[in-house]
Amino acid sequence: MEKLSFRLTAARSAGGSRAQAIVGVVASGNLEVLLERASPTDTCTIDIATAAHGFGAVWDAVVRDFVARRPAGGLRISINDGGARPDTVALRLAQGVRKIEEPER
Amino acid sequence: MTLDDILAGLFPNGHDIEAIGSIVAGRAILPDGGLIHLLGITRGRPLGANEAIVLAGRVIDIVKSGDRAPILVLVDSASQRMSKRDELLGLSEYLSHLAKALLMAEAEGHRTVGLLYGGSAAGAFIATALATGTLVALPGAHPAVMDLPSMARVTKLSIDVLKAKAEATPVFAPGLDNMVQTGGIHVVWDETSPLAPQLAAVLERPAGQDDRGRLGAERGGRRKSAEIADRVVALAAVAQRGAQHG
Amino acid sequence: MTQVAANNVSLSWYEASARQRIDALVDAGSFCEYIGPELREISPHLSIFDLPEQFDDGIVIGHGRLDGTPVLIAAQEGRFMGGAFGEVHGAKLTGLLRAARALRQDVLILFDTGGVRLQEANAGELAIAEIMRAVIEVRRTGVSVVGLIGGRAGCYGGGSLIAGTCSRLIVSEQGRISVSGPEVIETNRGIEEFDSRDRALVWRTMGGKHRYLIGGADTFVDDEALAFRQAAIDALKIKRGCDTNVLEAEQNRLERRLQRFGEAEDAVDIWQTLGIDAPTEIPALPTDAFLRAAKRRENADDAR
Repeated sequence: MEKLSFRLTAARSAGGSRAQAIVGVVASGNLEVLLERASPTDTCTIDIATAAHGFGAVWDAVVRDFVARRPAGGLRISINDGGARPDTVALRLAQGVRKIEEPER
Repeated sequence: MTLDDILAGLFPNGHDIEAIGSIVAGRAILPDGGLIHLLGITRGRPLGANEAIVLAGRVIDIVKSGDRAPILVLVDSASQRMSKRDELLGLSEYLSHLAKALLMAEAEGHRTVGLLYGGSAAGAFIATALATGTLVALPGAHPAVMDLPSMARVTKLSIDVLKAKAEATPVFAPGLDNMVQTGGIHVVWDETSPLAPQLAAVLERPAGQDDRGRLGAERGGRRKSAEIADRVVALAAVAQRGAQHG
Repeated sequence: MTQVAANNVSLSWYEASARQRIDALVDAGSFCEYIGPELREISPHLSIFDLPEQFDDGIVIGHGRLDGTPVLIAAQEGRFMGGAFGEVHGAKLTGLLRAARALRQDVLILFDTGGVRLQEANAGELAIAEIMRAVIEVRRTGVSVVGLIGGRAGCYGGGSLIAGTCSRLIVSEQGRISVSGPEVIETNRGIEEFDSRDRALVWRTMGGKHRYLIGGADTFVDDEALAFRQAAIDALKIKRGCDTNVLEAEQNRLERRLQRFGEAEDAVDIWQTLGIDAPTEIPALPTDAFLRAAKRRENADDAR
């Protein structure tokens, strides 16, 4: 497994009040994304464990794009990756933010 | 040791056992004069629906007799029978039924002791040896979930790589020591000492508690299992109390 | 008063994840997870094999309400390591069943498993044994343990043995129940014994319809989360322990099955013996027609 870590400044912080959210499963070509609230609210940390080695530059581009486009501030994101394609990663990250912003029942 | 040697060593007062194919059933007298039932699967044979239903039937008859005498389950088997016919007939139900019968016998007051004296694997191991209250083994016994060559095929790792990994952990590779370390086998008997007192010692143990997780933690082969299970019990109790009052 | 509301969105049980199944099964918003992913109780063994981990180790456990009634629930994720039982995965289910005994609460197990996880085979095997013991211990107190089977990974190996200890089983057509998987039989016995690539053979030998017809499962439902929910609600209304009478009835039931069908070469022969008019049509029948055709099936009432 290859471990990657990112700590990025986020222009917008995640809404809602849920403490955490999880989306996806760890399987070939798939990944799980766990989102938790963390301070400070202008920062997003992303820790990745991936089965596909040598794709650090691709991850860098995907997570930077995600933090630029979505309200990711105040999130600690942890990813277990079974070798997902970049578009799948982007989809799961977007689903994750949507889920943590959902109103609580 | 052969089955005859084992039975002679365990029961100096004699035993009476019949063989139905690979299945054995009978009874013996313990040194203290008490009765003990004998059941088993022998000669390294697979456990299929036909064998499981015979064994389960014997267990149920023993429970219905109401004698509350201990049951010794002798195990030298292969895995479950791998066949289209057995699966067509619902082999899982037959194996579960046998395990349930043994578990029920224990709950109804019969001490159940498994004695692994040869091989056993996978579903056959679960339905027989691992369904007894206390599982002991003789040196040379060789339990397995799956043999290393098959495991190599499924995991796509070479046998040499698997062997190297098996040096570092008892958690996956076949073998008696690994099953002891993970807590599945209570004790390995000393075959150079008389067997009868070793069985007597097992029969004196308190019954009813599944202590395999604790043994696995103490022996270092399964460090997480007992702690996780205990934590779930505690969490459920707290969460439900909260829900009732909340 | 607790609000009772199910999600009414159509959801394929087969396609859904473990978490989606739980959400669709229990009353809306009632699920509370134990040892959730945020605690990161991952397998301590997969890293030895340089394999990816999952934060919940492939099983979600907790409590919720089913039509207002408190229940304990476990759901396996069949897409992670084939839903296989490892040390942590298994211990979570063992703990849940022991909790059920202490709390006297019914349990739903949403099976989706290939059996024991080979990378931690000894721990997985022992977990199966501990779970089976815990199921019987809790059933003897009168608590029901209901299995729901219809996931991608089916219910194989040790999972099928656990299923065999349950009070009742609910299956869909996709719910395969078998000890040895098709590939395992073929690898060990040859392609003449079992051709694992013959999917029709796999479905009619191990699939939900066949299991329902021979009494290996109690309720047959569509591949729909709401159908599983309704069947689970109905299953929990039946209270039955696990005593000598039940085991003796099961002995008779399984002996009878061997006598009736022991010489059959194929599932179709068994269906014919059951008296089904057009046995070769069974695999193609939609649920309503199948249930009508299944009127003469073997059942396991009071014998499981």
